[in-house]
Amino acid sequence: MVHQYKNNGYNIVLDVNSGAVHVVDDAAYDVISLWETHSAEEIENCLAPVYGASQVREATDEVAALIKEEALFSKDIYEDSIANIKQRKTVVKALCLHIAHDCNLKCRYCFAGEGEYHGKKAWMSFETGKAALDFLIANSGGRRNLEVDFFGGEPTLNFQVVKDLVAYGREQEKIHNKNFRFTLTTNGVLLNDEIMDFANREMANVVLSIDGRKNVNDKMRPFANGSGSYDLIVPKFQKLAESRNQMNYYVRGTFTHENPDFSKDVLHLADLGFRQISIEPVVAREEDDYAIREEDLPELFEEYDRLAAEMVKRHKNGESFNFFHFMIDLEGGPCVAKRMSGCGSGTEYLAVTPWGDFYPCHQFVGNEKFCMGNVRDGITGTEISDKFKSCSVYTKAECRNCFAKFYCSGGCAANAYNFHGDINGVYEIGCALQRKRVECAIMIKAAEALATD
Amino acid sequence: MKHVKTLNTKKLQNTVKKGGCGECQTSCQSACKTSCTVGNQTCENSR
Repeated sequence: MVHQYKNNGYNIVLDVNSGAVHVVDDAAYDVISLWETHSAEEIENCLAPVYGASQVREATDEVAALIKEEALFSKDIYEDSIANIKQRKTVVKALCLHIAHDCNLKCRYCFAGEGEYHGKKAWMSFETGKAALDFLIANSGGRRNLEVDFFGGEPTLNFQVVKDLVAYGREQEKIHNKNFRFTLTTNGVLLNDEIMDFANREMANVVLSIDGRKNVNDKMRPFANGSGSYDLIVPKFQKLAESRNQMNYYVRGTFTHENPDFSKDVLHLADLGFRQISIEPVVAREEDDYAIREEDLPELFEEYDRLAAEMVKRHKNGESFNFFHFMIDLEGGPCVAKRMSGCGSGTEYLAVTPWGDFYPCHQFVGNEKFCMGNVRDGITGTEISDKFKSCSVYTKAECRNCFAKFYCSGGCAANAYNFHGDINGVYEIGCALQRKRVECAIMIKAAEALATD
Repeated sequence: MKHVKTLNTKKLQNTVKKGGCGECQTSCQSACKTSCTVGNQTCENSR
């Protein structure tokens, strides 16, 4: 399968099955578009009046060489191996600990129902967290790097437990030859020097929630009394980002139907000095007034294009920043087994509620049908984990002919379930945005590669 | 090549046999929490 498109002045050809990315001139672009449906003679007859016969022949020869190298129109040799890959024993390698189902903000779009996951307020005890870490170590097999995210609600409300769990993890990792990579996701309201120092010592990554421009952030991320959070959190986030040398963190926000011009929010955060930025589309019920709708897509596509072009420009001027959804690793990226298999929710990755129940991921918490067991008894709902384990790009009909399948690995199971009641479904709006982001991400790589030539 | 510049040398086909060690990050752990992005991850074995 080949996907070809033009973006920001570049002709880009993606060979889906090999992952090869080619930047081509107009002649080669047109040759490739005709390749599967026309003979070489027909291609020459068709394109010679535009480019000249010798140019078309040259381009045709180059295309033929790429095909021979299996870097263009390459075959899918993976589907047969998916069964073997799926039969491999999986280990648990990451937990999302819901340290507090409670929050000091009342964000309108919160999938956690303003922190409480549509249940009651609850904080995780040290004993429950400790049992979760013990479970992770015991079920992680030979994997050394173990990831634990302190999540909420707002985990800093229950920060003593975070500190105690980190201390316990550090003690246990030595005993069991493991390496904990802790991360913290916070809204910043309670951030202070003590928490920042602790985060800089212990957290491999911190995710700092902010939506961008003040009016955008404050509309969606208010306190209970309706006042905005922007003025309080921005200086603290700037200080923390600087103290981490602008690495190993993200300012992370959400855009909605109400701010489709989200590239301005990304650039606003960049102009505030942040260098690691993630602004992502809201996932909401169709009936929510801020939900992204199909009719928003053309404008959102333009916004991604605008943002990508601006990032290329800023990169040339030495003002580059990372945008999480445009990051793509063309050379050292994941193996095809990972690309086929999905995010690992329900198998390698589990969420843990404050009272110790396991769910396939944080987005399923609150839906008791998906409760998989608890930290004391382990995984008892093996039919749930089996179902998640069987998910791949080949179990989703819509993924088969999608050029982005090896970049999103079949998309988010929670989104699929929320929109279609089936984790083997797809969330079409999310897919459309994902495809656009992959195109932009590759364009940025093309621009960088050609600028260094 | 005159008409084509290829940006990457590694091919996915070459990762079939050796891949799947599982040391890589889970997708949602890095930042997103609401989508699934795998293509931006780094193979822990190639470090």
